[in-house]
Amino acid sequence: MKKLYFLLGFIFFAVACGDDNTGTGNMPETTESFDRGEMLVFWADDIILPAYSNYIADLDVLQESTDAFYANPSLSTLNGFRDAYILAYQSWQQVSIFEIGKAEEIGLRNFTNIYPANEELIISNLESQNFNLILPSNFAAQGFPALDYLLYGIEDNEDAIIQVLSSANGMNYTEALVNRLRNLAGEVLDDWNQGYRDEFVSNDGSSATASTDKLVNDFLFYYERFLRAAKVGIPAGVFSGNIEPDRVEGLYSGNYSKQLFQAGFSAAQDFFNGISFNSGRQGTSLKQYLEFIHISNDTEVDLGVRINDQWQSAESALSGINANFRDQVNIDNSEMLRLYDELQKAVVLLKVDMLQSLNIQVDFVDADGD
Amino acid sequence: MPLTFQTYLNKQTKAAPLAVFRILFGLLLVVSMIRFWYYGWIEKLYLLPKFHFHYYGFEWVQVPGNWTYALFFICGLSALFFAIGFKYRISILIFFLSFTYIELMDKTTYLNHYYFVSITAFILLWLPAHCHFSVDAFWNKNMRTEFIPKWNIDALRLMISIVYISAGLAKLNSDWMYKALPLGIWLREKTDIPIIGQFMDERWMHYLFSWGGACYDLFIVFFLLWSRTRLLAFIAVLIFHLLTKVLFPIGMFPYLMIAASLLFFSDSFHSKILATISRIIKIPHETFCNGMRLTTSSVSHRTALFILPLFFVVQLLVPLRSHLYTGNVFWTEQGYRFSWRVMLMEKTGYANFKVVDGVTGKRFYVQNEDFLTAFQQKQMATQPDFILEYAHYLGEHFKSQGHKNLQIFVESYASLNGRPSQEFIDPSVDLLTVKNNLLPKSFIIPLKND
Repeated sequence: MKKLYFLLGFIFFAVACGDDNTGTGNMPETTESFDRGEMLVFWADDIILPAYSNYIADLDVLQESTDAFYANPSLSTLNGFRDAYILAYQSWQQVSIFEIGKAEEIGLRNFTNIYPANEELIISNLESQNFNLILPSNFAAQGFPALDYLLYGIEDNEDAIIQVLSSANGMNYTEALVNRLRNLAGEVLDDWNQGYRDEFVSNDGSSATASTDKLVNDFLFYYERFLRAAKVGIPAGVFSGNIEPDRVEGLYSGNYSKQLFQAGFSAAQDFFNGISFNSGRQGTSLKQYLEFIHISNDTEVDLGVRINDQWQSAESALSGINANFRDQVNIDNSEMLRLYDELQKAVVLLKVDMLQSLNIQVDFVDADGD
Repeated sequence: MPLTFQTYLNKQTKAAPLAVFRILFGLLLVVSMIRFWYYGWIEKLYLLPKFHFHYYGFEWVQVPGNWTYALFFICGLSALFFAIGFKYRISILIFFLSFTYIELMDKTTYLNHYYFVSITAFILLWLPAHCHFSVDAFWNKNMRTEFIPKWNIDALRLMISIVYISAGLAKLNSDWMYKALPLGIWLREKTDIPIIGQFMDERWMHYLFSWGGACYDLFIVFFLLWSRTRLLAFIAVLIFHLLTKVLFPIGMFPYLMIAASLLFFSDSFHSKILATISRIIKIPHETFCNGMRLTTSSVSHRTALFILPLFFVVQLLVPLRSHLYTGNVFWTEQGYRFSWRVMLMEKTGYANFKVVDGVTGKRFYVQNEDFLTAFQQKQMATQPDFILEYAHYLGEHFKSQGHKNLQIFVESYASLNGRPSQEFIDPSVDLLTVKNNLLPKSFIIPLKND
């Protein structure tokens, strides 16, 4: 009997607890929910697909100007070739974030933009004509960094460069590199158009394998590894203690490293803020997602605003930096380090605060929890 | 008759519940081990990492390379053997040792439910779970009994009660009760599950789940103990655990707990289960129902009565050890593990290690992916003891590369249950000067807006 009273006491306590809870009524009402699916549609149709189409259009121009150069190798056609190359390289920065689906499967980034280029390998490939660009050992002998070397660095002056490029071997290798860039990008866009877009958009859940979780992880991976570290941190010696000016992007063309960084940085910000690639209109984005959570949970700060503020600080650090990152590192590395620090502060907001708010796991192992 | 402790110890009951538990527990673990292997987790979690995080005092436990597969095989096989009651004492001992060894290899993979498996196997080691409905008892007539002292079953019930009630008490904190966190963070993304999904981003739902979960953990054992509410309580057990299964990546744990709750059911219920199994595998159940009682004078029986009370004292004290430390236990994680703090926090972190030459001032940052898997990086960044151990590992690594006057600092941030991120470890402390031990970790910066 004693036991029974004990139990009844507990039940009473439990019920009392329950009543108390429903009585505290100052929680904000969430009238509508955030639609991840809508965000995925916007990402696919307004950002990723137009960015790839634009990149491919620029690669087509690059192919045409390559043909024009080989039809009539001269300083003027070389300049046309170089301009088309820089344009395509810049457009590449706008798709590099989206290493998902086919791009992930074929390792698009590895075949497109691994730098520093391997000069000896490029020369030996070119001279022997015995090369297989599919091999990982040839990552650093193809893509934009290899073209950068061929177009700007393989000889000291333009006449000599024209001579090497227009040799039979030079022509064969250069055309192979340009065509490979075009073919790989085409393969990725075709896949998006032939079913992957629908698969991507319909995978709108919240598990580790859902599209939102995967692309946000890809975005952070890009931001941390390829934007923050590769373009800025490594040349500035953040990870080695010694400056490494020869590891900047666009080493041989020289004056484009800032421009290329800016293109990637803007693409990252536009992805986060949901800026449509073609129209510039604002769509459903991570920023809106964070704003929704800020309002519906009545949190102190709108994280999206903080992240954008932090990026503004990075932009202002960037404004004082030389167009040629190599020169900047050599002349005054402290400015590069300042830019790195500003980019780094946003990593904390993105990887800690944002992932926590959106409940996205930065975790590629699907292990159990408890 | 006065109920003395001695009469309690002599009180006999049917051996059936213990036999049923032995079978279910063993078979679920066989499935667990196969599942772990099949998902490639042996490779991902134990073979791929270059470095493993150790439990304090167990630094000697190493991953035995490709022999890890053999270890898992032995572990799974011994689970199968004790499930069917074949060479029970040896197989449960081998299971306990191999499973615990696996868990000790890397604390990155720590889960409360793995710990539950380890200690339950430890308890089973001392119980006569093989004297009824087992291969051992089938072959050896002298071993066969129908009754065992009741305390054997109560010991397991006590363990389950400790788990539930400790888990319930741990939920009585302000984040869980007043902010419905971290459940709110997790549930609001689950709007795509059927029927209840539409309510998952409503705050009242988060509170319902938080308070419901706390009440469930605190009281379910009492409702299971009382025969009148038992069936209702078991339905609650089913709903609770299957719901967690649907909502969270929780592995085999729900099934283990459902199987364990059957221990509260009556003897006749378990006898019926065994009779059914007997019919299926065509062994006369009557063979085991010989009316025999287990002798209480055996060495194993007396040893168990000495070991298990000590064990339970430890089990009651271990979850309380966090009170020896100051600060928020979720933030500092001092005394966090082995305490049935289940699903109580969502923590995200980021740790950036700076290697400095103390004489020249030359410095560089470490790329964690060079040393740790993504999973290890994630776990490391939120747990101070991991950060310290990793810093010492980095120290050894860079020392062997010829770096001199080494100092290692960490710039780290963490976010707990939706709070804005804040600095986690004191960035001015050279972690190489800090010893790894169980003393309070003064290099943790206390949590603001606690």
